[in-house]
Amino acid sequence: MHDFINYLLFGWYPYVALTIMILGSIIRFDKGQYGWRSQSSQFLRRKQMMWGSNLFHLGILVLLFGHFVGLLTPIGVFDALGISHSFKQWMALSVGGIAGILGFIGCTLLLHRRLYYPRIRKSSSKGDILVLLFLWLQLLLGIATIFWTIDHMDGSAMVLFMGWAQGVVTFNPEAANLIIDAHLVYKLHIILGLTLLAITPFTRLVHVFSAPFAYVLRPGYQIVRSRRLARRTNTPPPSSAPSSVPSRES
Amino acid sequence: MKVRAQIGMVLNLDKCIGCHTCSITCKNVWTSREGVEYAWFNNVESKPGIGYPKDWENQERWKGGWIRKKNGKLQPKAGSKWRILANIFANPDLPEIDDFYEPYTFEYEWLQKAPELQAQPSAKPRSMVTGQALTKIEWSGNWEDDLSGEFSKRSVDYNFSGIEKEIYGQFEQTFLMYLPRLCEHCLNPSCVASCPSGAIYKREEDGIVLIDQDKCRGWRMCVSGCPYKKIYYNWSSGKSEKCIFCYPRIEAGMPTVCSETCVGRIRYLGVMLYDADRIEEAAAVENEKDLYEAQRSIFLDPNDPEVRAQARRDEVPEAWLEAAKNSPVYKMAMEWDVAFPLHPEYRTLPMVWYIPPLSPIQSAAEAGKISTNNGMPDVKSLRIPMRYLANMLTAGDEAPVATALERMLAMRAYMRAKSVDGVTDNSIPESVGLDAQTIEEMYRYMALAAYEDRYVIPTNHREKNENTYHLRGNIGFGFTEPHNGRTKNKDVFGGPKKMPRKPFTDSP
Repeated sequence: MHDFINYLLFGWYPYVALTIMILGSIIRFDKGQYGWRSQSSQFLRRKQMMWGSNLFHLGILVLLFGHFVGLLTPIGVFDALGISHSFKQWMALSVGGIAGILGFIGCTLLLHRRLYYPRIRKSSSKGDILVLLFLWLQLLLGIATIFWTIDHMDGSAMVLFMGWAQGVVTFNPEAANLIIDAHLVYKLHIILGLTLLAITPFTRLVHVFSAPFAYVLRPGYQIVRSRRLARRTNTPPPSSAPSSVPSRES
Repeated sequence: MKVRAQIGMVLNLDKCIGCHTCSITCKNVWTSREGVEYAWFNNVESKPGIGYPKDWENQERWKGGWIRKKNGKLQPKAGSKWRILANIFANPDLPEIDDFYEPYTFEYEWLQKAPELQAQPSAKPRSMVTGQALTKIEWSGNWEDDLSGEFSKRSVDYNFSGIEKEIYGQFEQTFLMYLPRLCEHCLNPSCVASCPSGAIYKREEDGIVLIDQDKCRGWRMCVSGCPYKKIYYNWSSGKSEKCIFCYPRIEAGMPTVCSETCVGRIRYLGVMLYDADRIEEAAAVENEKDLYEAQRSIFLDPNDPEVRAQARRDEVPEAWLEAAKNSPVYKMAMEWDVAFPLHPEYRTLPMVWYIPPLSPIQSAAEAGKISTNNGMPDVKSLRIPMRYLANMLTAGDEAPVATALERMLAMRAYMRAKSVDGVTDNSIPESVGLDAQTIEEMYRYMALAAYEDRYVIPTNHREKNENTYHLRGNIGFGFTEPHNGRTKNKDVFGGPKKMPRKPFTDSP
């Protein structure tokens, strides 16, 4: 039974969550983008936003990047570079720990203003509150794992998690078995993380996909939209007009 | 030279009576929705005053508009693109809703529903954001109406810079003018420049600046980036909104709602042709006082055959070229020199211009002593300080404002002589550098202000620019798409928010 549940949660659920996230986000983007936004509440209350939002976003971005690189880089790459497992474990713990604590402070500030300030509370959807609660819990769980990680600073558990993550993205059915003996707190962290991915298309989290890096690539500052250009780039209708009809522009 | 056309606007402040009809009709049409209750695409401010939102003209605080860097290039005052992106998690320059005001309504329903009470039931104010009762309303969209409030607070007005303002706090010396404001639809808009998503754009065919509601992601940099504070964050939809210059009406050749309903007939709409290649050059002149002339220098004469030939090559429709010849905006801004841009020092090259108001002479006791010319008082003796108007309209350069006011006084003197005394005194127009024919034309446009003279709007030739084959099925029955602000249907992707029940309010 334990095996089965483990397989369900770490062998199947990742694919369910990732599929919902990717397909759901594409469908939502295609369906209508009026609801695709960051839904900032800074306009309703500036206080706690400067510290809260900056700390939270900074922390969470470092963590996201760290998890991606740390989990998905094949262990052979680290070995080839001469980075020992224990050193990588130590790096992950310190960088992740600092980012986690900063993000947690920020998230707590944001959660506080969302829950206890009427203007924001009343204009929040259930999704807005749920997302923030999940993220807060996730950060808490992530920080909590430090307590257990300190017991095995040789990186052995870390390598197992890397194997699992890489197994998932390479469609290896054995991946789930690698972490069957991991402590519950790690497992909860993973499940909640996957759940956050799964709810992304249905919440404001989609604004992550719209990070506006294209802004720095924009030539100059101004944007002018021209109907003439739109017309020129339009392809002619498939049933092309008979050639005897003179074109509109001569 | 690249010729583009824009529908510009001129507001004759000399005739504005501060009735707020423009604001109300605009509100009813465009912003009577959840999330933008506080927003007035058009508002009328009493000046001197700090305005709406509070202190909007102070760009040291809000960092709106542009600055000219040492190398002569322009950059948004908020900083380079990287700097703007770095502020994306929390914009340090963003105004809060309280800088506008917390929208409210009253418990009208309670007046009917209340049971028998010992005291008369009263309609308490309730916030339209939280639905909670408000104990005290501290501020609103037009809190300073007709100089209400203390002078010490109103006099924070940015336009007092360089003026010893204390004397204007005295009853005998005080002055009042109205300033109706809407989006300037700038030639060099800083909202467009500061939008990281690229959702804001200027339309090539008529110059209207719009926010693509589907592309806006709510990064809210435009709100602080616009120096006129004419971009409003819809706290419900999470998107920014702004004056759309009533583009559906403009496209059909009709004036904007604010213009159409103006009871004072102060608004004018007309085509301006300009050289799009020289926008950057004009906006980047070194001296702020030269910005007014620099902007004028890129406007093109619609009667110049060379301009017309180039305009045709740039596919400006023929009807627009004809309309440009009769444009009241061109006449006022370029021929009679009576209209000015609002705060040209922001370097945005605004396209809503203002005719400065005349005002009573400073003191009745002095009326006999002041210098007059053909029965016209010296513009220096007018109640509204010239410097105040110049700070508002020409970055502090008083000479052009003085000329405009002199011409308006001359118009009055000439027409009074003509219609009251039956004398045609050609020396009056000559004294202000005009001829009698021009003065009479000014009188026709500015004093009589017939509908056909005020609004010369060619229709938008969309049929030439759009392929209807591609458009079919684009707009129809939108069953699932959330519409502005609110629909009853909520889908799995969130859609519009479910809002709390707000007791005893008559609006959503």
